Amino acid sequence: MTLNSVAQVLAFVILLLVVTKPMGLYLSRVFNGERTWLSPFFVPVERVLYRISGVNHEEESSWKRYVIDMLLFSLVGMLLLYIIMRTQQWQGAFFNPQGMGAVEQRLAFNTTASFTTNTNWQNYAGEQTMTYLTQMVGLAFHNFASAATGIALAVALVRGLSRRSAQHLGNFWVDMTRCMLYILLPISIVGALVLVSQGVIQNFSPYITAHTLNGATQIIAQGPVASQEFIKNFGTNGGGFFNVNSAHPYENPNIITEYITIVSIFAIPAGLFYMFGKMVGNTRQGWVLWIVSIILCLIGVVVTLTAEQGGNPMLANLGLNQQVSATQAGGNMEGKEVRFGITQSSLFTVVTTDASCGAVNSFLDSYTPIGGLVPLINIGLGEIVFGGVGSGLYGILVFAILSVFIAGLMVGRTPEYLGKKIERKEIMMAAVAILILPASILLFSALSIVLPQGSSSIANAGPHGLTEILYAFTSANGNNGSAFAGLSGNTPYYNWTLGLAMIIGRFAFLIPVLAMAGSLVKKKVVPANLGTFPTTGPLFVTLLIGVILIVGALTYFPAYALGPIVEHLLMISGKAF
Amino acid sequence: MTNNAPETQAVLEQPAEAELQQKNKKKGSLSIFDAKILRRAVLDSFIKLDPRVQVKNPVMFVVEIGSVVTTIEFFRLLLFTAPTGAFTSAQLQSETWFVLAVAIWLWFTVLFANFAEAMAEGRGKAQADTLRKARTTTSAKRLLTSDRKGKFEEVAAPDLRKGDLILVEAGDVIPGDGEVVDGVASVDESAITGESAPVIRESGGDRSAVTGGTRVLSDWVVVKITANPGETFLDRMIALVEGASRQKTPNEIALNILITSLTIIFVLVCVSLEPFAIYSGTAVSVTTLIALLVCLIPTTIGGLLSAIGIAGMDRMVQRNVLAMSGRAVEAAGDVDVLLLDKTGTITIGNRMASRFASLPGVDERDLAHAAMLSSLADETPEGRSVVVLAKQKYGLSEEGQADATFIPFSAQTRMSGVDIAGPGASLHSIRKGAGDSVAEYVAENGGTSSAELDALVNDIARQGSTPLVVAEIQSANGKTTAARVLGVIELKDIVKSGMRERFDQMRRMGIRTIMITGDNPLTAAAIAKEAGVDDFLAQATPETKMKLIKEQQQGGRLVAMTGDGTNDAPALAQADVGVAMNTGTQAAKEAANMVDLDSNPTKLIEVVEVGKQLLITRGALTTFSISNDVAKYFAIIPAAFAVTYPQLNALNVMHLATPHSAVLSAVIFNALIIIALIPLALRGVKYRPIGAGPLLRRNLLIYGLGGISIPFIGIKIIDLILVALHLA
Repeated sequence: MTLNSVAQVLAFVILLLVVTKPMGLYLSRVFNGERTWLSPFFVPVERVLYRISGVNHEEESSWKRYVIDMLLFSLVGMLLLYIIMRTQQWQGAFFNPQGMGAVEQRLAFNTTASFTTNTNWQNYAGEQTMTYLTQMVGLAFHNFASAATGIALAVALVRGLSRRSAQHLGNFWVDMTRCMLYILLPISIVGALVLVSQGVIQNFSPYITAHTLNGATQIIAQGPVASQEFIKNFGTNGGGFFNVNSAHPYENPNIITEYITIVSIFAIPAGLFYMFGKMVGNTRQGWVLWIVSIILCLIGVVVTLTAEQGGNPMLANLGLNQQVSATQAGGNMEGKEVRFGITQSSLFTVVTTDASCGAVNSFLDSYTPIGGLVPLINIGLGEIVFGGVGSGLYGILVFAILSVFIAGLMVGRTPEYLGKKIERKEIMMAAVAILILPASILLFSALSIVLPQGSSSIANAGPHGLTEILYAFTSANGNNGSAFAGLSGNTPYYNWTLGLAMIIGRFAFLIPVLAMAGSLVKKKVVPANLGTFPTTGPLFVTLLIGVILIVGALTYFPAYALGPIVEHLLMISGKAF
Repeated sequence: MTNNAPETQAVLEQPAEAELQQKNKKKGSLSIFDAKILRRAVLDSFIKLDPRVQVKNPVMFVVEIGSVVTTIEFFRLLLFTAPTGAFTSAQLQSETWFVLAVAIWLWFTVLFANFAEAMAEGRGKAQADTLRKARTTTSAKRLLTSDRKGKFEEVAAPDLRKGDLILVEAGDVIPGDGEVVDGVASVDESAITGESAPVIRESGGDRSAVTGGTRVLSDWVVVKITANPGETFLDRMIALVEGASRQKTPNEIALNILITSLTIIFVLVCVSLEPFAIYSGTAVSVTTLIALLVCLIPTTIGGLLSAIGIAGMDRMVQRNVLAMSGRAVEAAGDVDVLLLDKTGTITIGNRMASRFASLPGVDERDLAHAAMLSSLADETPEGRSVVVLAKQKYGLSEEGQADATFIPFSAQTRMSGVDIAGPGASLHSIRKGAGDSVAEYVAENGGTSSAELDALVNDIARQGSTPLVVAEIQSANGKTTAARVLGVIELKDIVKSGMRERFDQMRRMGIRTIMITGDNPLTAAAIAKEAGVDDFLAQATPETKMKLIKEQQQGGRLVAMTGDGTNDAPALAQADVGVAMNTGTQAAKEAANMVDLDSNPTKLIEVVEVGKQLLITRGALTTFSISNDVAKYFAIIPAAFAVTYPQLNALNVMHLATPHSAVLSAVIFNALIIIALIPLALRGVKYRPIGAGPLLRRNLLIYGLGGISIPFIGIKIIDLILVALHLA
């Protein structure tokens, strides 16, 4: 790692640190129903919305009601998006200047599942498949809605931990409305305008045909990009307007938008950690999660960066110079975002896979095996390193509860987290949640590798091919949406299986988490004393990192050993795939 | 005379702390690896192979299935597989023996886990056998009328029913639990408590309960039977120590869920590994997959979990505490607040004279002399202590007065004393008692009380002591010649030695101690301060006690308390951990969830420690078990894919000799670690009152970091041995 790399990474960490507290304070005000500076504008709007929809905003609900409301909302959203995509050919010339046809059924199912679950896996190229209206009303809507859903559920879990001897977790409709009105919409509008100022386009023009200096003809896609671009990152969605996602100059024109992108991806998740601490009455509880996350994030960055900057030993054997110097980037530049270099590519990759943001600015298939292993692990662990909006917080809280249970017994008390005793029901739900992800990833991958419908999509042989399949299902189950590439996903088989995996990864995880919240909220809070397991100090940070890594390693090590790990060993011995 | 009345309580000398520990050790001297228990445990290990037993423990059930499958695989290879060109007969032979070795060690893994459980049960079973002997041979004398001199019939103990009246005379064994309705007797309860000193049982009051299986040494009692056969204390005790009625405790269930879900994850890991392996080139053999699975699932904690629970109950029994449920033992570890009775627990229970404070103008020696004279015939501990102090401090002789008439304490006068007839018709009366009564007595006889006396009395009360005012009256021919108050005897409640340290220790454990006393708030505050408790409840009544418990529980705290009287029963039932003294009433024992056979109120502290130990042991072994897996991966994964990807040998950091030896070493280590940890599981991980943070750091280092590193060493050593013995 060069000094330059270190400075670029450090700048990111500092920006994130600056954003965390204001964001967290704002989030906690919004979800506690307190006044914010936007209240004069939005309180009347809220009232009107509640009246129209018949929501009693003062009525809170139990976990079951909360889950049912969330599922209903998601189901209706899914159907709407499906209908929009299947009927987009009739949207007219203004919204469909390129005359796109209806989206094919299975692809439409896959995309619907993908955007409703905040995954944004894309088995299509945006500029060749979706009309402007589909992008704006169909996909961008879900960029907001799925993010708000995740945040609302995280807030519900936090309420489960912070309330004492209570029954209710909040009102799903109110949480959604407030999240949209006070957080996602205003910030995204400002964010989109800033992006426009940097060169991100926002228009309804037909595609431009350009003639290059070489005399070739090139079609340059257009569209309302900025309005979809900011929320793509801010809501950790990741579904690009264009096929190449953030590597496209219209999505990510310069280094300023690059930083806006990666900081905005972590902004809400980091803010939610702070909000969590604030709501449970001890901000240190939130900072602990922040510290755990930043450590895991930096480990990922360092490993990826070292692997990529180290280059390919097989090229070194041919006598090629891969050293970084004033005139060359060095290392493995294949598939990288050439405008920003290895550091920004690696940082972008780690950040998007720590969070559940499927945005990419470089080509993971071309990373070194170890460089490709890091994003795979990041998603496999459940995207809890800051994580997706909302899902990161509830994901890491499940791990925290599990850690407290395993090690907490060693202080000689029934384990408790934030004064809530962790007993049979909580462990049952945490165990189910933790079990879902690897079960689905491993079984779908195993199935796909033996079925001809699955294995025929693989582009590369050997361990690299296995990694492609593992990555696809890891990304789908983890609701990340980034693709390793190299796997042809737009086949009936993968549209179905990946779509199912995304739904399982989202909802089969959420329901036990909310059930856990429902059980926690009823508990008394045991006052802390000297005998209480401390969940704020360095010891807990170490423990939580240890549990996350060991549970993750134990689950995926055999599969990874046959994928990226052996590929790395083979590469050292001179064999590539 | 006093606010709190210890008189009603059995004034039993508490064995000193050291002595008690000595006794505990003696009881515990039944070694973990006692030959008789060992033999029975080995036999039980095989009986427990029954799948109907194993299925209750999902982790070990998976191992058992693995053992069956590998055994079948062995026979398939041995009997039905012929060598082919690619699979030479040497390879076949080597593979066959490898499968056999794995199968054998998998069976051992199950057997070792069974053995651990059988060992934990063994000691309880041995104890139960002894208790049963006390039960079997009893016959009873059932009275036909309520008159104890009336006729009785001989019946066998099992024929007794609730409400029967029986006569028990010296030498008889009490045939069942009951209440003494008539008579008083000394009873040997050693069959149950292990304590050889006899105790007094009498009708009425808090010493009326008798337990079946104990023996009357002298005198007689008439007992009303209160429990039908099969429901007696002895029956319950047998069931408890034997573990027959053992229910899984809440925490144990939660832990079971966790390790079961880990097991499911690892089953999925191994199941999905096969397609990946087939894609990569070569399928992994069933034996290797099963070996990997068994090594990964948490067999260490899975195999030892129930043994830890049983041993925890057993540790309570060894401390002479009978826990009515495992839930109570577990709750003991969670206790946040301890309610302790002042009398008998924090203080010795008897007030002792500590000072003679005379009023101005009275010689202290005169006061001491008068006080001694009034107490010579007073056989209460307080009275004796006055005599002792007077002798020690002023060298007064204990010479009796020939014409002394002892005036005993009465509730009406609230005084006691002595009248000494002097020469002629003169009379010297000395009285001691509560301040106002004595002052009144003096006033009646024409003397005056003074402001100094009030000051002195209040001063002593404030320090937590009891003031006992002494006055004398001289009279001749029935006429009072002089009446004056001499001064005050200070009776002090002596705090037991070592209590402050214990409470400091409790504080470090995160437990608040609250002293319960009938004393007034002033006295209570002074004693609380001297003893070092965190808080106190003065002028306690059963109602205020109950209220205090409920308040604490409302705040989310877990409350433990001890009690023995019938009026303690509601509070004992309300408390999360209620420990009744064995000397207490039947009602108290039934309301409590533990009974302390030693009737030692400070036992609560040990009870808490045992509870904590139980949880720590589970946590430590779970952490150890999970961290163990890291090394096993490094052993088995390179071995499993040695043919497909020889490059993976880079992960063989232990440099294990061959794929077979690597897999076998991991399996053997996995089995042996269960045996190696049995003593720890049975004895429990030591609890240190150093605060949760340091304790966690310490245990994480030992069981977490140790759990990661130990198997690397262990597997390597086993591999070296296998190679040296040419077994792999």
